[in-house]
Amino acid sequence: MRHYRIPVAIAVGLATALAAGATGVAKTTPAVSAKPAAADTSAKLMAEHRGGTLKLLAKAAGGSLDPQVNYTLEYWQLYRATQDGLVTFKAAGGDAAFEIVPDLAVAIPKPTDGGKTWKFQLRKGIKYSNGESVTPKDVLYTFERIFKVHTPTAGGFYSVIKGADKCLKTPATCDLSKSIVVDSKTNSVTFHLAQPDAEWLDKLAVPHAALLPVGTPNKDLGTKLPPGTGAYTFTKYDPNHELIMERNPHFKQWSADAQPDGYVDKITYSFGQTVEAQITQIQNGTADWTLESPPADRLNELGTKYASQVHINTQLANWYLPMNVNLAPFNNKLARQAVNYAVDRNAAVRILGGPKLAIPSCQVLPAGFPARVDYCPYTKNPGAKWSAPDLEKAKALVKQSGTLGAKVAVTVANDEVNKAMGVYVQSVLNSIGYKASVKAISGNIHFTYIQNTNNKVQISVTQWYQDYPAPSDFLYVLLGCESFHPGSDTSVNMAGFCNKKINNDMKKALSMGISDPEGALKLWTKIDHAMTDEAPLAVLLNPRQINFLSKRVGNFVWSSQYYMMFSKAWVQ
Amino acid sequence: MAEVVAAAGDVGTARVVGRSPWALAGRRLLRNRVALAALTGFCVIVVSCLAAGWYADSVAHTHPFESSLDGTTIIDGKESPVMVESTGGLGLGVTPIGPTWDIHHYFLGADDQGRDVAARLLYGGRNSLLIALASAALCCFFATIIALTAGFFGGIVDQILSRTLDVIWAFPVFLAAISISTVALTRGISVGPVTLSASSLWLPILIISVIYVPYVARPIRGQVLSVREKEFVEASIGLGASNWRLIFSEVLPNVVTTVIVFFPLMIAINMLTESALSFLSIGVQPPDASWGTIIADGQGLLYTRPWVAIAPGLMIAATVLCLNVLGDGVRDALDPRARLRMGRMSRR
Repeated sequence: MRHYRIPVAIAVGLATALAAGATGVAKTTPAVSAKPAAADTSAKLMAEHRGGTLKLLAKAAGGSLDPQVNYTLEYWQLYRATQDGLVTFKAAGGDAAFEIVPDLAVAIPKPTDGGKTWKFQLRKGIKYSNGESVTPKDVLYTFERIFKVHTPTAGGFYSVIKGADKCLKTPATCDLSKSIVVDSKTNSVTFHLAQPDAEWLDKLAVPHAALLPVGTPNKDLGTKLPPGTGAYTFTKYDPNHELIMERNPHFKQWSADAQPDGYVDKITYSFGQTVEAQITQIQNGTADWTLESPPADRLNELGTKYASQVHINTQLANWYLPMNVNLAPFNNKLARQAVNYAVDRNAAVRILGGPKLAIPSCQVLPAGFPARVDYCPYTKNPGAKWSAPDLEKAKALVKQSGTLGAKVAVTVANDEVNKAMGVYVQSVLNSIGYKASVKAISGNIHFTYIQNTNNKVQISVTQWYQDYPAPSDFLYVLLGCESFHPGSDTSVNMAGFCNKKINNDMKKALSMGISDPEGALKLWTKIDHAMTDEAPLAVLLNPRQINFLSKRVGNFVWSSQYYMMFSKAWVQ
Repeated sequence: MAEVVAAAGDVGTARVVGRSPWALAGRRLLRNRVALAALTGFCVIVVSCLAAGWYADSVAHTHPFESSLDGTTIIDGKESPVMVESTGGLGLGVTPIGPTWDIHHYFLGADDQGRDVAARLLYGGRNSLLIALASAALCCFFATIIALTAGFFGGIVDQILSRTLDVIWAFPVFLAAISISTVALTRGISVGPVTLSASSLWLPILIISVIYVPYVARPIRGQVLSVREKEFVEASIGLGASNWRLIFSEVLPNVVTTVIVFFPLMIAINMLTESALSFLSIGVQPPDASWGTIIADGQGLLYTRPWVAIAPGLMIAATVLCLNVLGDGVRDALDPRARLRMGRMSRR
């Protein structure tokens, strides 16, 4: 996933490769600084704190409200409380949220047929917010709809379903009835996959696979309200003004791990104010939370005067510099390594707000991620951790590469922080002998612009946030041969990197997921280090998220998967 | 030397003998103390900005275009970091140092990259002034050519040129500038053998000059239409003068005063436009600075380091004030109606 509000279509071409294997990673616990209050949904707590309105703020709405279309963290956080799939990520704090638990399915089945067949038994008696009952037919309808509405991850995640290739080619006539077999009598659904996929449960757990009732229009719902089975349901959406969620009248809690009942009666999400105004509102108690990071010059104030209302949590994400390996000067490995040596990651951390808000990193997998073993060759005194830039080494590498004096443009989004990072990188490039300039373009087009090879982007500043906790989501998605599509706006391998040996290793790790998960993790570790050595990108840091809450908000629970869990918070 | 003779008993009308209109205008301008003060102020600003390199190298000893996130400076005789990490409470945030009021060490403090604001202010002024002056010159040049052609030849030529100006002017100025800038900054501009990179200062110069051409051209065209009907033009036509001779020898000298009046005003307007575009990140591109980009840099520091935004704001205000007052003075000096005012002033 790219960012908060920018929908991103993962390259369709990734599909075949991602579908080809599986990771089956262990849900290990990354280091987080969550301060979860007792996430208890006991009757006593519910009686004490039930009611009230949780008031959320954001600069802008997140786009379509269709859960199968929207691909933003802004709304995925909401879908956690309004939609359900067959399985879901556990409603728990910290890395416990990476555990997949049964949701509308009674249990998580064991795959058969070598990992290609998955049979789910549905729970009975669950209703959507519009009063309709959940049936096995909804599962088939939902997965056909994924292709009919062009879900951004249709190719990336769900093309592994047998027959999905035809749906990708002709979505309007998508028919998956042979590969998603519905049995209304036994209330079960059986998926037949084209290849084993150990990430299949992860893909079923994300909101794009949340069930919708038969008859939901097979087009983007846009601002229309989707029915759901969660504790809350959407009751109003005006993208220019606000989004309102209220209790789902048909909701009865069936699993606290999957879909817990919420404390507040109503959740409002208001759009359109500046971040400064939002922070002031929260300080004054007229709002409860903002999606936005507080402005740099308010951080000290928040950290001192409002420390008890601030929560800082590590995100599984990278800020990094993709370097185009097909364009000079970064078609030279030494030049790419030089950039890695030269970048002062502490300086980058300062731009983001200091060491409490980011951790320096120089490898592809972020801190706390499965398979990550600390590794940093690009530092003074190379070892596990980055310590300081090595400018002398960087200058020597630039000379050795024969790229001294080359013109380099750093393409950045023109918001305050990204631009500051770009200016810093430009300064670093100049200091090691390049003639660098900064090209700041609108944040609305930046992410697609830097993906398209026609734009001849040499180096850029960007971020990547995990969709789900699997090493492939960083290594294979960002640097796999199959995710490089010259001339396309959806070529998320911005470096254009394709090393056949490493790519084969990634495919091997993907296929080992079901049979040998531990072995797969070890191989991913090796791949991460090999990829870092090749330096198609320079990772700068892993960011931390700062949540600033109003005084009245209690029971802040931060999930590593979906961040703040709104249904767990109370306001009275 | 020319002399001024005031007829005895005719105090109301000063008669000027033997002076060219330009000399008269110059004399009137020199007698306008407010305009002179504005000109002096503008010159001081220009000279200060031209001394940016000297200030950065020899006085402040800083590099205004390189990040200095790990840099240090001297405050009260002690070495201090330029970017100060918060140590109170949760230890959130990194704040650049504020004004030291020491001309050798971060006089106006540092920006979010740890760069010397005072040095950047002077370098930024260079770019702001360059863009404003160059775009005003280009704008006035193109506007004059178009106005002369349209007004003198009339007919279909006038229709085409005037309607084209109307179309350009129909777009809100900033919307047009933002649209063109956004496209140009994404790919640069390439016309035939001429290629302008996205970071070229020529981009804002050209964009700003083009969008204001109708603003200057339309009143000049009106004057051309009026002058073209004058007797001395008819006389020249009767003597067989060519069109080009008529335009450059008869019409142009009679409208050029309007262009001269417009020029300082256009510098002021263009400076504000450039600042606005740069503030929106679609003017001068980083790490180059202009007063607009420095205000944008300071926007995120308004709570803790307001001087980063206030200083360039003051410079823009001062420069535009000087140019507007100077523009008024030039208009008073060149506008024939101003003679009456000046006459009345001289009688007091």
